[in-house]
Amino acid sequence: MAALSPKRRQRVRPKYSRNEIIAAWLFLLPSLIGFIAFYAVPAVRGLMISFTDLNPIALNQETNFIGLANYEKLLGVGTEIPFWKTDFGNALKVTVQYVLWNIPLQTILAILIAVLMDRLTKSTLVRGIILIPWLMPNVVVALLWLWLLDPGLGLIAVILENTGIEGFLQGIEWLNFKGFGFLGNINQAIPAIAGINIWRHVGYTALLIFAGLQTIPKSLYEAASIDGAGEASAFRHITIPLLRPVLAFVLVTSVIGSFQIFDTVAVTTQGGPIAATKVINYLIFEYAFERNDMGLATAVSVLLFLILIVVSLIQLRLLRADEADV
Amino acid sequence: MSGAIESKSVTRKFSLGRAFMWLILAFVIFATIFPFWWVVRTGLTSPNSVFQDTTNLLPVDPTTQNYERTLGMLDTQDAVAAGGSGQSIDFIGSLKNSIIFSTLITIFQVAFSTMAAYAFARLRFPGRNFLFGLYISALMVPAIVTLIPNVILVRNLNWLDPSRQLLPFIPCGIPYIPCTKGWYVYMAMVAPYFFMTPFAVFFLRQFFLGINPDIEHAARIDGAGYWSVFSKIVLPVSRAPIATLAIITFIASWNEYLWPSIVGRGVDHRVLTVALAFFRSSQPYGRPDWPGMMAATSLAIVPVLILYMIFGRRVLDSIQFTGFK
Repeated sequence: MAALSPKRRQRVRPKYSRNEIIAAWLFLLPSLIGFIAFYAVPAVRGLMISFTDLNPIALNQETNFIGLANYEKLLGVGTEIPFWKTDFGNALKVTVQYVLWNIPLQTILAILIAVLMDRLTKSTLVRGIILIPWLMPNVVVALLWLWLLDPGLGLIAVILENTGIEGFLQGIEWLNFKGFGFLGNINQAIPAIAGINIWRHVGYTALLIFAGLQTIPKSLYEAASIDGAGEASAFRHITIPLLRPVLAFVLVTSVIGSFQIFDTVAVTTQGGPIAATKVINYLIFEYAFERNDMGLATAVSVLLFLILIVVSLIQLRLLRADEADV
Repeated sequence: MSGAIESKSVTRKFSLGRAFMWLILAFVIFATIFPFWWVVRTGLTSPNSVFQDTTNLLPVDPTTQNYERTLGMLDTQDAVAAGGSGQSIDFIGSLKNSIIFSTLITIFQVAFSTMAAYAFARLRFPGRNFLFGLYISALMVPAIVTLIPNVILVRNLNWLDPSRQLLPFIPCGIPYIPCTKGWYVYMAMVAPYFFMTPFAVFFLRQFFLGINPDIEHAARIDGAGYWSVFSKIVLPVSRAPIATLAIITFIASWNEYLWPSIVGRGVDHRVLTVALAFFRSSQPYGRPDWPGMMAATSLAIVPVLILYMIFGRRVLDSIQFTGFK
């Protein structure tokens, strides 16, 4: 270091003022305490716990390092049970089903609402109303829909019955439809929970897309219409490509959020009927706080993290690859 | 086909389409609001009439008893006589807990995150970008990953024991001195959100980067210290985004469920969301007290709605911001 000339040293790294460094760390100190204590250390600790058999209830039992045993157990290594029938396999299957019900419908509806608002009204009141469900606690929204979707007394069930829709569906033989049970029915519970969360999130998503639409210059549409392009073609060739950055943001964040569904399940079905709605986060909750098997629980959470990284990377790759084509 | 005719037909199609579009939008607004009315309507319906007239848009056999039950104005016997399940929810108590929980988090998280954001935006120190990158990468980690180690941490610190006193040398029951029992549980409840969230730091740093630094440089040259530049120049011009962040933070903590349901599950520490979930799970299987639950639910909606009516504009603008990120 001493061999370097002052001039060269200046070029290699910026000159810091001692006072500024001290001030900076003082400004950062409180947030650093929180970051280290509740984000950084727990993240590392979570990973470490996943290699142990930590059980906080069994007081006299020592915590042992058990290597990859938790992961092997989760992935069903060495058992005859097919992966989709294992706890984790089922949770993954159910969660993916949920995401597939939730995201496409929610995104399409949100685009529709955003385009409608963009064409019809810039009213703050309309936007304000559309956002209300998103501001409500998940627990409140879940209770609200638990009542509306009650198979006996709930308004939705009564309407579907009174209008004859339920009877009509039951009449179609090949559907083999036994009637609406919603959250109490093995096949309908996941779509029902997806519906509840679409109701809560669609307004927020629509507003994000609406904000994106405001950045598209109106002159582009005028030019397209002069060139004889119809509404549909303008939407396909102007709106969607220019909206791609916002859509990428919306899709990546909502898929990440969707994989972490918990509150609605905890309030409405508690993982049931049988294990039809036992999503990944609910499985973690059960392992950790009902079975007190912290090792297994953290192992699932680590797997969830890995899944989310892979899913996000794939999404970003896909959305970017499309951009290159245009 | 001549141009005139074509443009005419386009106009007519356009307005018909517009009417149809309005119809869809009106339905969306209806579908957003109507469920809330249904909650209030059920809350006002007498428990014995909830099975009749299930499609009546107005409360059947209207009564305010469900609300009185929820607010603890009827004792258990009267509540059961009124058609309740005998289960109750300590609404006022959990409202108080929600206010303590959300206020503590909002004040400190916003203050500490503002300071950190300023350091990242303006002050130069070695390792700045690396540290900021670490903060941001925490955004990617699912909450459940850190949740379990955090529960173990507060458990090991013995913060979850509600009988533990904050200041052990002050006994409970001395006049004018509040009993300090149970405060450790509140500490455990707010701890992970208290010091920072990556989002808050990121949100404000973006804003600080957009402020013209010339005034700050001038003040520095005039001999102002870092803290006074921050508090006397930067904070006053940043009131709007800080207020926005505070509102988002308050609403987010008000809605928080999983963490407070684990560390604050004792009767004295339940926040509204947790109390509501307990109320729901304590209902008799197959015959839940819907009017009571809906009364409690509609009361839980009110605080958020009031906040939103006052600060709605800011919340809407913040979404514009996130979208443009």
